[in-house]
Amino acid sequence: MKDSLACEIVVVGAGPAGLAAACTAAGRTRSVAIVDGNTAPGGQIWRGEVRMPGIDRARISQVRLLSDTLVVDCPGDHSLLAVQGDRAVEIRYEKLILATGARERFLPFPGWTLPTVVGTGGLQAIVKGGMRIAGKRVVIAGSGPLLLAVAAYLCRQGARIAMIAEQAPRSAVFRFARTVARSPRKLLQSISLMQSLTGTPYRTGCWPIEAVEGAVTLSRGGKTWSEPCDYLACGFGLVPNTELAALLGCVLQDGFVAVDTCQQTTQPGVFCAGEPTGIGGVEPAIVEGRIAGYCATGRMDEAARLFPERDRGNRFRRALEEAFRLRPELAGLTGPDTIVCRCEDVTFARIAKHGNWRAIKLQTRCGMGPCQGRVCGPAVEFLLGIPPDSVRPPIFPVPVGLLSEDL
Amino acid sequence: MSARTADVVVIGGGIVGAACAEAFSAEGSSVELIEERGIGGGASGAGMGHVTVMDDSEAQFALTRLSVALWEELAASLPAEVEYSRCGALWVAADDEEMAEVARKQRFYLSRGVRAEALDARQVAEAEPNLRPGLAGGLLVPGDRVLYAPCAAAWLVNRAMGRGARVHLGVRATANDAGVVTLSDGGRIEARHVVDATGAASGGLVRPRKGYLAITDRYPGFVRHQLIELGYSKSAHGHDDESVAFNVQPRVTGQVLIGSSRQYGVDDSLVGAHLLSRMLRRARLYMPRIATLHVLRAWTGFRAATPDGLPLIGPSPRNAQVLLATGHEGLGITASLGTARLLADWVAGRTPPIPMEPYLPNRFPAEVPS
Repeated sequence: MKDSLACEIVVVGAGPAGLAAACTAAGRTRSVAIVDGNTAPGGQIWRGEVRMPGIDRARISQVRLLSDTLVVDCPGDHSLLAVQGDRAVEIRYEKLILATGARERFLPFPGWTLPTVVGTGGLQAIVKGGMRIAGKRVVIAGSGPLLLAVAAYLCRQGARIAMIAEQAPRSAVFRFARTVARSPRKLLQSISLMQSLTGTPYRTGCWPIEAVEGAVTLSRGGKTWSEPCDYLACGFGLVPNTELAALLGCVLQDGFVAVDTCQQTTQPGVFCAGEPTGIGGVEPAIVEGRIAGYCATGRMDEAARLFPERDRGNRFRRALEEAFRLRPELAGLTGPDTIVCRCEDVTFARIAKHGNWRAIKLQTRCGMGPCQGRVCGPAVEFLLGIPPDSVRPPIFPVPVGLLSEDL
Repeated sequence: MSARTADVVVIGGGIVGAACAEAFSAEGSSVELIEERGIGGGASGAGMGHVTVMDDSEAQFALTRLSVALWEELAASLPAEVEYSRCGALWVAADDEEMAEVARKQRFYLSRGVRAEALDARQVAEAEPNLRPGLAGGLLVPGDRVLYAPCAAAWLVNRAMGRGARVHLGVRATANDAGVVTLSDGGRIEARHVVDATGAASGGLVRPRKGYLAITDRYPGFVRHQLIELGYSKSAHGHDDESVAFNVQPRVTGQVLIGSSRQYGVDDSLVGAHLLSRMLRRARLYMPRIATLHVLRAWTGFRAATPDGLPLIGPSPRNAQVLLATGHEGLGITASLGTARLLADWVAGRTPPIPMEPYLPNRFPAEVPS
């Protein structure tokens, strides 16, 4: 038999939005739980760090935290099926707050499947996990402010950052920097980032076109050159994790979970906060988490006081999206033989023959492997303009034994 | 808009429609295939893909044996992505009562020239080490095969296109009046014959029967044969609203496909946790170690079931210009080629390799789809 847990409010995800939502709701309801796939709270951004600015830490003790727990299905009304180690847990809720965060976007280009080509977040995670990076030459390529954050972190660990290649044009990055400068806190953040990156070349309008063992070919202003490196870390912005929302029947709009002013999705009693409603980093996520926490506990007045801050967050999200929009040239990097689906080794030529996601899956198996389309789905959408289709349970691979316990 | 003309319009690009398009194009007929969603996207894509000789009735045996032979003729031409695999089927007997069924089934196959080997408890354990200990035995049908139907359907359609067949994807047939088929994009095709290969969507006495499947990550060698419990037929042919039976299949990729379930009276494609877990528990009962394999995905599909478990192949009693090729339930992948052969022979006025009477739609005077 599986374990079970019933809480008035269940939050999925212990990143900034989820922690903010849970801490806001705690104390006002009989019970609040956070279900999180990582070993320690903090999400991708804090990853178990002690400092979590903006989170009311005193409240965390009032929240039940289920770490290392992945939600894989929603077997019935107000019920989730989760997997914790070798146990299945049925989680019942009255209100649900989805704070499932985002993942990196990968774009295929020749050589991107080499073992020395990694995701920016992935490289940061393995270095945090103990891999020595000191003295290694790293090129960081892709798009968005996360490139800088990862570069700064790797620098502190002793890596030599050969170059940060930002695909967005210089003008767009400057416009964005001016937007950021309007918020003093963000300005401070960027100043401290820049200080730790003194001397590191930051190239705008620059992107990788091919990786080989020990080097990457970069392109900028019509010129290409080979840049030697031990690692090429890539990240082309973030993709929201919307699988659980979709499985619950929440409406998505342009790839994001649609929410009302209370952060409520189109499914009554199901709220959503943070990156799944729009990519914008920690601050908008925390505000949305708090609003969701207030609204899920019926405190609309307190939520309403945060709306102006959320509006600022949304303006920041739009500025971010505009500045770091992926240039169309990036869709032209794949050759016919470039692998797009790494799980099933499917090349671009095979995928490009089909006009919809279902045909792509059925005829090529793209998206049918263990990543369940999380990597190749956004890539295919960018390359061919074909959005992924329906989400099916389980939303993470799960042992037969845990899917077959008595309900 | 003036109507184009074609000898044959095939409605439905599942494996049965694909096989019909291929067979008629081989006759030299001009063929137009209409498929609303995608080639092999319905029950063909949702099913397991077994190519198997079945013994539930003489008529079913005749059609499936003919069809397996036709698949075998194509085998050498099939591209790798069709994953045509001669893995054989092993019917698993749990107890003495089921061993009696092994003996009956073996007699049936052997007397009709189909290889079948009875295995005792030890031989079954050797053949499939991950089956639970203590099973009574089984029946190995070495000639049974497995393939990946969406790519098989696409290959058949491509062959037809190579002979000039035209394919209309993303459109539906909205009407068929006096041999003129109207398409949802406004197109009209005047056809001598219209083949209805719309499977579970045929309507009339063809009822959709929902099935669940789950597929695991890659575990090469975990299962070697297609495994089916001998109680399968009870599940397949019973009329319970809901039943499950142990049926797993090794894929060329090393993945394990886990089935099966049957459900009447449900028309949504939701993957319900209750039936999924019931089906997986059945698999664990026979293969306890399957519990540790990771499921990547579960899905559902709709089989086209008829009241007597046999397909509808031949002219519709209501409109002889419409040829039915539907109602194959769980045997559409196998029987697609035999079905196409029967229809091509019927149109050409040739004597078919097996009698067509058992499958003729006029065995049900009323309520057939037209």
